[in-house]
Amino acid sequence: MEIPKSFLGYKRENGRAGTRNHVIILPVDDISNACAEAVANNIKGTIALPHSYGRLQFGADLELHFRTMIGTAKNPNVAAAIIIGIEPKWTKRIVDEVAKTGKPVEGFSIEGAGDIETIMKASKKAQEFSMWASEKQREECPISDLWISVKCGESDTTSGLASNPTVGNLMDKLEPLGVHLCFGETSELTGAETVCEKRGKTPEAQEKFKKTWNEYNDFILKEATDDLSESQPTAGNIAGGLTTIEEKAFGNFQKIGSRQFVDVLTPAEEPQKGPGLYFMDTSSAAAECVTLQAAGGFNIHLFPTGQGNIIGNPIEPVVKLTANPLTAVSMSEHIDCDVSKILSREMNLDQAGDELIKATIRTANGRLTCAEALGHREFVMTKLYRSA
Amino acid sequence: MATDIIIHDEKDNVGVVVIEKITPKQDCSCWVMENDKTVNIQSADEIPLGHKIAMADLNEGDTIIKYGHDIGKVVKSIKKGEHVHVHNVKTKKW
Repeated sequence: MEIPKSFLGYKRENGRAGTRNHVIILPVDDISNACAEAVANNIKGTIALPHSYGRLQFGADLELHFRTMIGTAKNPNVAAAIIIGIEPKWTKRIVDEVAKTGKPVEGFSIEGAGDIETIMKASKKAQEFSMWASEKQREECPISDLWISVKCGESDTTSGLASNPTVGNLMDKLEPLGVHLCFGETSELTGAETVCEKRGKTPEAQEKFKKTWNEYNDFILKEATDDLSESQPTAGNIAGGLTTIEEKAFGNFQKIGSRQFVDVLTPAEEPQKGPGLYFMDTSSAAAECVTLQAAGGFNIHLFPTGQGNIIGNPIEPVVKLTANPLTAVSMSEHIDCDVSKILSREMNLDQAGDELIKATIRTANGRLTCAEALGHREFVMTKLYRSA
Repeated sequence: MATDIIIHDEKDNVGVVVIEKITPKQDCSCWVMENDKTVNIQSADEIPLGHKIAMADLNEGDTIIKYGHDIGKVVKSIKKGEHVHVHNVKTKKW
């Protein structure tokens, strides 16, 4: 198959391109959710992104909160953003950073005004943004404007055998065309960590990966009550045929094909070293991982699943694929790309990779994903430790 | 072309059953995904979907290779065609 050289996206002020054109109402903290949701309810064409945190956080955990907030609003899938927080200072910090992209952004703080007055003022601005964004047209953008993140979930043996290698095949085909790619799931690489480390393109990237994984492992050894041998692989994994943690990790690792990563990103960090594959230090919990990758600037997500994970994200479309023929039928409303014919040898990996590229481009062009049509908008902050 | 077993990488010494189950003495067709070749094996055990079969005789201490990588060690010798799982293979991690 000849790989399409372009897709239809929304060109943004900073040179990036979006696959979506959202106007978001972003609460800075948990207690501003009600206000943000009221504005989104008032003004059509906007979405609120409620979440659970943002108060009394400190240190690295607070910085991660800001990075996630700022990165989400900066994402090219967002046309314009309204930021609402209880206090003006933290609200302004987010607004000032997002404004650097050149996109319309305005902040509102509730303290001293109350919900109702804030809702009124923010709604007026949101209406202006929504009507402005509605005139944006999709234009031809080079394929290199795609920033693709990946993460698998509810995995079974069909994931490692077929759906993860399908994603790897897509990476092998698209990376030479200058796309940005991102994988994460620090914990799920346990067992394959030394092989993964060697996939770093430079000694610096390898060293950074080693340090990141070791820090994760030290944390596990400190908090865990056993050595994980009882929980990795899980009883369900073993029943399905997975024998060791190494086998599980190498199944996961198939998602990056034969690529090498250029750098290691902290959670929600934006890549700075140009096109290519990046590793981001993330949890393996689906919603947390995708939220962090979207905040890192990725504009389309590929999600292989075995038993049928149903996750979506409010700003980054999540394309699901499965190689499990039972899941493809029993959960068909969640599956965007069915590659189950690999198991019956009616389809090879090259063909499966092509099918996934087609599904990716159609989604980038505007076709709703199953998760979008079903209303999945999981927006979940990663928290490093408890608040003060 | 139907297949009973998928072998991921040419170097692998195990394959994965992709039909509901294989029964003892069944002649199975195996698809080597990496190079798109076909090899055959006769099974020695009943092995369910998603579980592994030994593609060669393996001795205690040998390494199991899947995806072209080390996924654990043999703790009880395994004959070609036998079921490979937690009863004869362990992680090298702990």
